[in-house]
Parts: sequence; C-alpha cells; structure tokens
Amino acid sequence: MSSPLVAITGQPLDAAALVAGVASAGAGSDGAVTAFVGLVRNRNLDRRVYFLEYEAYELLALRVLQQIIAETAQAWPGTRLGVHHRTGRLEIGEASVVIVTASPHRADAFAACRYAIERVKQIAPIWKREHFEGGEVWLEGAAVHPDDEEARQRAHRTACA
Amino acid sequence: MRVTVRLFARLRDLTGAGELVRDVASPATAASVWAALVLEHPALTEYERSMSVAVNANYSRMHAPVHEGDEVAFLPPVSGG
Repeated sequence: MSSPLVAITGQPLDAAALVAGVASAGAGSDGAVTAFVGLVRNRNLDRRVYFLEYEAYELLALRVLQQIIAETAQAWPGTRLGVHHRTGRLEIGEASVVIVTASPHRADAFAACRYAIERVKQIAPIWKREHFEGGEVWLEGAAVHPDDEEARQRAHRTACA
Repeated sequence: MRVTVRLFARLRDLTGAGELVRDVASPATAASVWAALVLEHPALTEYERSMSVAVNANYSRMHAPVHEGDEVAFLPPVSGG
C-alpha cells in the first residue's frame, strides 16, 4: 500500500515507505531521491532531554503541508515530494518528521528537501513540549504568516545556500 | 452568536482547555474573540504580539470577520520539525 504524500500521525513514521511512495510516481524521469529524517535528540540547550511530546492542529497542518508541497513544486519544477510529521510522545532517537523529494537532478532534490523542512519549521501548526532533566517546557519558535513573502524567500535562500 | 475557540500548546495550558464554546457580540472579528478570551484569562496577554490566528482551519488575520458557528484557533509560535 502506498503512503499518502502528507500525513500527521500518532504512529511511528516509515521513511522507507514514503521514499517508495514518492519514487514510484517518477515513471523513469527521476535522477535523484533525497530523504530528510528529523530525530528526537537527547540534548537541547545544554540540558538532558528525556522525551518530546508533539501536538498539531491537524486539519490546518495538513493544509499547510499541501501548501509547502505546492510552493516547492513551483520553485523546483519537475520535483515531487512527501511530508509526514509525527504527533504524541516521542522517545529519544525516534523520527519526528520525514521529507522525501524526487527530481530529475540531485541539486533540485536536495534544495527542495531543505526548503520544505525550513517551511515546516516556519508555518506548520505543530508544537513540541520538551521533557528535560528538571522540568518541561513548550518550545516556541516561528510566528510567520504563510503569506509572508519575506519569510518564504528566507527559506528559499537557506535551501540554495 | 456562538463560536468555537481552539487553543494549542501553551495557550491550552494557560486556559486549561483546548476547545471552548463562547458567545460573542456580533459583528465579531478574530480580535474581538481574542479580547473576550483575554478578559477571562489575563495570562494570555503575553501572547498578544506573538500568536497567530486561524479561522475554520485556514490561517487568517486578527481583523478578519468571524461568523456564527466558526472555529477560531489561536496559535502560539510553532516548533514543529
């Protein structure tokens, strides 16, 4: 069974399945597939992390992931991608996000992958609560409107750096 | 008129609820829904400048009109990935 291109799920992420799902739509035109897998790390801000808890505004998050896919396909024509994000309690070493891109050329596949994760971190309505040695805290990063063109260009520049 | 308010992450912790149903005066905007919520939960004030808003699961703006039955979500800065 093939993976949907976007998913917000409480189940463990299957990077290989998403790679297979994105790659299978290539019909021979792809020269490269890249996968980014974000992992839960055991240290952050110089403190020991026990586990993370992710929460999403699921319906909006799915729409935002679709928007990120559309933006990426527009910026790198011929590139296809899939984005899966996990929610719930994640242990150290587990995958929180998987992004797979496929393209005729490796430069586009890498850049599209980097762009997509930068955009996820800017605009996807997803939050993580860090449970660390001595307490717990909601981490708060970006507050960017999806239509903010300056922020979108910043992600694009990072992807092409 | 009645609206459903959704709150996430620390906003949910500060109010003790992820979903609230509230009566607000018509005509309403996302800003007027937020103002009513802050009266109820003054601790939310610290998010005045950093939160985002969505109406019916689409990113919106604080001046956007809100109608009977709408779902208005207030989002603290995101930290996915």
